[in-house]
Amino acid sequence: MIGKTSPSAPYVRKLMLDPLPPPAKASGVSLWLREKLFSSWGNAFLTVIGIGLIWLLVSHFAPWFLHGVWNADSLAACRKTIATTWGEGASGACWAVIRARWNQFIFGFYPAEIYWRPVLTFVLFLLALAPVLFSQLPRRLLWGSLVYPLVAIWLLWGGSVWPVAMIGVGFVIGAVLWRVLVAKNAILAALAAVVVPVLFWLFLTGPIDDLLGKVLPVSIQSVPSRQFGGFLLAIVLGAGGIVMSLPLGIVLALGRRSDMFLVKMFSIGFIEFVRGVPLIALLFVASLLLNYFLPPGTNFDIILRVMILVTLFSAAYIAEVIRGGLAALPRGQYEAADALGLDYWKAQRLIVLPQALKISIPGIVSSFIAMFKDTTLVTFVGLFEPLKSIPDTIRADFAWKGIYWEFFVFVGAIFFIINFGMSRYSMYLERKLKRDNR
Amino acid sequence: MPETATKLQVSDEVAVQLVDVNKWYGQFHVLRDINLTVQRGERIVIAGPSGSGKSTMIRCINRLEEHQQGKIIVDGTELTSDLKNIDKVRSEVGMVFQHFNLFPHLTILENCTLAPIWVRKIPKKEAEETAMYFLEKVKIPDQAHKYPGMLSGGQQQRVAIARSLCMRPRIMLFDEPTSALDPEMIKEVLDTMIQLAEEGMTMLCVTHEMGFAQAVANRVIFMADGQIVEQNNPHDFFHNPQSDRTKQFLSQILGH
Ligand SMILES: Nc1ncnc2c1ncn2[C@@H]1O[C@H](COP(=O)(O)OP(=O)(O)OP(=O)(O)O)[C@@H](O)[C@H]1O
Ligand SMILES: [Mg+2]
Repeated sequence: MIGKTSPSAPYVRKLMLDPLPPPAKASGVSLWLREKLFSSWGNAFLTVIGIGLIWLLVSHFAPWFLHGVWNADSLAACRKTIATTWGEGASGACWAVIRARWNQFIFGFYPAEIYWRPVLTFVLFLLALAPVLFSQLPRRLLWGSLVYPLVAIWLLWGGSVWPVAMIGVGFVIGAVLWRVLVAKNAILAALAAVVVPVLFWLFLTGPIDDLLGKVLPVSIQSVPSRQFGGFLLAIVLGAGGIVMSLPLGIVLALGRRSDMFLVKMFSIGFIEFVRGVPLIALLFVASLLLNYFLPPGTNFDIILRVMILVTLFSAAYIAEVIRGGLAALPRGQYEAADALGLDYWKAQRLIVLPQALKISIPGIVSSFIAMFKDTTLVTFVGLFEPLKSIPDTIRADFAWKGIYWEFFVFVGAIFFIINFGMSRYSMYLERKLKRDNR
Repeated sequence: MPETATKLQVSDEVAVQLVDVNKWYGQFHVLRDINLTVQRGERIVIAGPSGSGKSTMIRCINRLEEHQQGKIIVDGTELTSDLKNIDKVRSEVGMVFQHFNLFPHLTILENCTLAPIWVRKIPKKEAEETAMYFLEKVKIPDQAHKYPGMLSGGQQQRVAIARSLCMRPRIMLFDEPTSALDPEMIKEVLDTMIQLAEEGMTMLCVTHEMGFAQAVANRVIFMADGQIVEQNNPHDFFHNPQSDRTKQFLSQILGH
């Protein structure tokens, strides 16, 4: 109506309009096809090419997959079965090797009679993880998650319980010092909370362990790190790295934005150095050089060494991701926190980090995934990770000589499942946090 | 300094004192010889053209900005680089910002209880009761469990006021609290501020709401080029401005 009259003509609406439901959406398979796949000549062309490529892939791999043999005791036996069932020259996977060497893939050279220990550790791992991942669970369960790493260390490596307990005592000492001193001077508190436990571990735990070991020997069969392997090793390194690299990444990110010159310079130097060096170089450092720097006689566990290096590596990346999140926070948030009288640490903890970490979730999880995949690089320092070292060992057995693809597919599939799980979780968390506070 | 008439009672105790305060941003002299004494219970409106240093001045009072020369004494505590003093002053002085600056990841109630719990160490339950009391006062108790993003601008600003009040401040600073709001929301925020004024809160308020200034201010301070150019009681300030800068400014904002 209004369009027909001149735009400047006076107009008063006499009848107010009632709201109407939106027009029904057209739907159906053919419409979807038309809209998504064949909306234009160019699009149709790409669709045809794409389908062709998919067909090429599937037609090559599907038979190999489906002809797979699960029951055989050697590659030759596999081949024979495939030839008799599917005809001479047919291709087929020899999955039997996965079945035959399943334990090695999972546990490496961990003593078979105590497989229950890593299994129990894994079950406890899932239990400890649950309250961390899902905030609906009671928060008190987090205390269990906090103690879990020590339990895991003891269960996996075994030996006397006291060294592990003393690690825990060191952390408690650090926490208490922080609590007591932080009100007086945050820098002093941070220093004390780090230095005192380290001194305790270096000089006091040895004698205390000896003493307690004599008075109250509690000990299980010990397993040296070199016997760890397969997915047990990958998960130990990955989980340990993730747990340690997140807090370290946060500290580095805060350090990089700090007003304190030395802290800032150290953080920048560390981050840039680690990001600029290949992880393999760091792993070689872990396996060779660290021994020169440490006092002679100290036997610094190889898995621990590698884990520390992997952690440092990942932390540098995570720090940069979090720095992006910190930079995205409007200045007003800092000012409001200051104006309310919150000190630096409280403002960071209560206002800044919850928001910055939320923004950084996708990047952080990407770093976790990258790190977990990078654990396969420890093959270069002689640890039995599942992608190369374990298959190499299996191929050394004459029965399985010549098998490659099956290993890649299997190990790739397991990595994919775990990483896809992490990715889905990060999306769940993002959606949940978005719903919580828009 | 001219003594101003008071409509509401003002004690002779000094709440805020600025003595010869100077500040520079790089080469730019943003505050020049600022002298200002605010009595307890006084309500001061600060006006002036954009860039005249109004925000900078009140932000110096709770040390969101640092002054380089002169003395600022708040509630008997001088602001120096001593962190203890800064924290003490900040917990006594509430501040309301143009853009509210609520914490978007916390509910309204949590926004209000955060500082009392973590800075004042008040038990959670008590802090929540206080928060509800002030939320009722700003007339939005029913929004307590929502997140800031779900509220209108006017509601958010009233929450911001309540959040400051929960710290039981003795002095409140407002930096253009209504200039980011739609006209129909300005009134609800101003009403809250007027109510606060009537209860005797010491207030320093940067605003161009001249109605508000006439209604509650003891004194209007006019700033230009980093200096206090004129100060007077609201009546004389608006009806009988002395300096040319003031006249020019008033003619611009009053539109005649
Ligand atoms: N962080 C800063 N660095 C450099 N210059 C600044 C900074 N903050 C403010 N200024 C300058 O200082 C002057 C005073 O700023 P201030 O924000 O105090 O003005 P104002 O009176 O509050 O103005 P408005 O009415 O626009 O808010 C302005 O010219 C501004 O450009
Ligand atoms: Mg301003």
